[in-house]
Amino acid sequence: MAERLTDIGPPKYDSFWPQVIKDNAGKWLYHDILEPGVLLHVSESGAKLWSVRCGGTRLMTTMMVEDICKLADQFCGGYFRFTTRNNVEFLVTDESKLEPLKKALAAHGSLPVGGTGAGITNIVHTQGWVHCHTPAIDASGVVKAVMDELFDYFGSHKLPAQVRISLACCLNMCGAVHCSDIAILGVHRKPPVIEHSHLDKMCEIPTTIAACPTAAIKPQKVDDFKSVAVNADRCMFCGNCYTMCPAMPLADADGDGIALWVGGKVSNAKSMPKFSKLAVPFIPNEPPRWPTTVNYVKKIVEAYAAGANRYERIGEWAERIGWERFFEKTGLEFSHHHIDDYRFAATTWRTSTQFKW
Amino acid sequence: MAKLHPTPMLDELEKGPWPSFVTDIKRMAAQGKAACADLLGQLELSYKEKEGHWKHGGIVGVLGYGGGVIGRYSDVPDLFPGVEHFHTVRVNQPAAKYYHSDALRKVMDIWDRRGSSMLNMHGSTGDMVLLGAFTDELEPIFAELTALGWDLGGSGSALRTPSACLGKSRCEWACIHTEDICYELTMSYQDELHRPAWPYKFKFKVDGCPNCCVASLARSDCAIIGTWRDDIRIDQAAVAEYAAGKFAAEGGAHGQDVKLDIAKDVVGLCPTQCMSFDGKKLSINNAECTRCMHCINLMPRALRPGTDTGASILVGAKAPILDGAQMGSVIIPFIKMEPPYDEFKEFVEKMWEWWDENGKNRERIGETIQRLGLAAFLAAVEIEPDPRHVKEPRSNPYIFYKEDEVPGGFERKIEDYRKRHAR
Repeated sequence: MAERLTDIGPPKYDSFWPQVIKDNAGKWLYHDILEPGVLLHVSESGAKLWSVRCGGTRLMTTMMVEDICKLADQFCGGYFRFTTRNNVEFLVTDESKLEPLKKALAAHGSLPVGGTGAGITNIVHTQGWVHCHTPAIDASGVVKAVMDELFDYFGSHKLPAQVRISLACCLNMCGAVHCSDIAILGVHRKPPVIEHSHLDKMCEIPTTIAACPTAAIKPQKVDDFKSVAVNADRCMFCGNCYTMCPAMPLADADGDGIALWVGGKVSNAKSMPKFSKLAVPFIPNEPPRWPTTVNYVKKIVEAYAAGANRYERIGEWAERIGWERFFEKTGLEFSHHHIDDYRFAATTWRTSTQFKW
Repeated sequence: MAKLHPTPMLDELEKGPWPSFVTDIKRMAAQGKAACADLLGQLELSYKEKEGHWKHGGIVGVLGYGGGVIGRYSDVPDLFPGVEHFHTVRVNQPAAKYYHSDALRKVMDIWDRRGSSMLNMHGSTGDMVLLGAFTDELEPIFAELTALGWDLGGSGSALRTPSACLGKSRCEWACIHTEDICYELTMSYQDELHRPAWPYKFKFKVDGCPNCCVASLARSDCAIIGTWRDDIRIDQAAVAEYAAGKFAAEGGAHGQDVKLDIAKDVVGLCPTQCMSFDGKKLSINNAECTRCMHCINLMPRALRPGTDTGASILVGAKAPILDGAQMGSVIIPFIKMEPPYDEFKEFVEKMWEWWDENGKNRERIGETIQRLGLAAFLAAVEIEPDPRHVKEPRSNPYIFYKEDEVPGGFERKIEDYRKRHAR
């Protein structure tokens, strides 16, 4: 135990840089996307680096990692990286290796080239039924079904601007999808079901009560058990009580499903960063391929592709034409669920006579 | 040997052009990996029932660390014993996620021998996430990882693993050395990262420019975003090439054959209208520029950020739980970010001290600031109020004056008042 290593931190960032990056970091002059998925970076020194971006599954096995390592060994001297959106980038310094790498990737079959520019790149997502204890939906399966449908946009540059899709499998939003062009969000719709016989043994009642943001939980004695009661009218199904107290599960086959949100962005380019807004309040869980969700996402993408100006993100397009027009163009239904009724609600109500028919 | 379960629903996810995680996990299961076979079995059950099958939590970890391992147990272990324990090991990624095959293979070797052989490349916060270990394997995994130079990331009410865009390593727009800042913060605050001691989680993310590719202003309690104070650098010869249609618009983002109409696409869409183009020369009134990156994005061969670079610091972003999602608010409009980043670290430590004293249990710093006010936070971190802190001044007329701001203080005698005013 005396020799036990702790607090050593990660390998330093330049440990795995190829030589061209060691030589040119901080000296890059410009980049050019030669074709979907293939980036060229040119340095002040004249040095060039080609990056070939491939989509993949965030959830993978060591066999898949080995496949990536082998391709990197063969074409990139072993060097590659992952992007923040779960893509793999093969870093090529020898231009003659570029075409053979692309052929090898095509032959592999599970590393499609794309994800650059004005298209749809890989979906950032959470764990879903694969690993999480609070999910309302699966993550990997929904992502697979949506990306199958949008596959053509991954390997092309034909949208007005980039479309960033993210998925979080419950309102905890480990995926922080709240500023995405399209957010796929798992939601619960039934209040927690309370296990009175075990609650006092599994949970601290005061912290459970304090966990509720709408003060819907109060102490209650049921038979001889110290427990809690939930005022269903005040429950907004956030799941925070379950996070604090395992005796209050929310998951339910009929209650759980998907809400779709649109028009968020994190970039400061042109317009300010934006939150995503509600497009579709609820779609039932439809494993294994979630066809209704896939269909709605496609509808939104196609309406945007048809109506937006070049360089306009989904949120910029919706704001230019007006949200009333957004619902018309996408064919989505507007309901009372689209009108906010929580903390910042009034900031979203229309306080002007300016609107469109 | 792994018992393979029938998975008719998951098999549907082997169809279609996008890579299939089911196909990948199946081939590992076919090699005899029980965790892979049983994960697919349990997932198939979830697909049938439309409910997850993982128990709530479970406290496991490695000695001396309060985080880095997320406990997870199957609630149907009799059916799927290979995933009875399915703990997650968060491994702190190298900044910007660069790897060499030799180094990554050694980690995979540990994971094949001691874990499920399944992983996330990468988790939402940035870690390499080894997915599915039995409790007994955790200490040996940790010992083997550290022997190879890897360490665990953060979890719980601690500093979470900082992350960064690839910055200067491969981007011409990086105004700060994002990876170095990320590494320096990670190494300086190992104790805060490994031993949860705060009201709730705290995230740093470092973006090299206002394009915010790692979404720092939406996803991190403290966003460090590269920016500049001087003029955008213009190469007028390259501007002429764009005007002549020689270079593709936005670095080829719309295809190599889509060219720029500089007046319409660049000047016309500039949010501050601080640019002009006379057909030959592009002019920018830099004093009026808000550095949004639009023109630079569209003309990467002609325009570059200035050279007096540093960062804007935005604090308080978070996902909705509990009071609603927040984006970061500007706290330091501009700060130089040069090693060893002492000025920034002094700010960080003041910020943490205030939050540690004032934050409620499970309250992110953004919510503490909402509850106690931005002005109170600015006072705590000793930053003078500035119009750059707000989108607009308050319209609410109820101002909380403090006694020492008003001549004579708050204490008065009603008798004195009544001498002047009859009852």
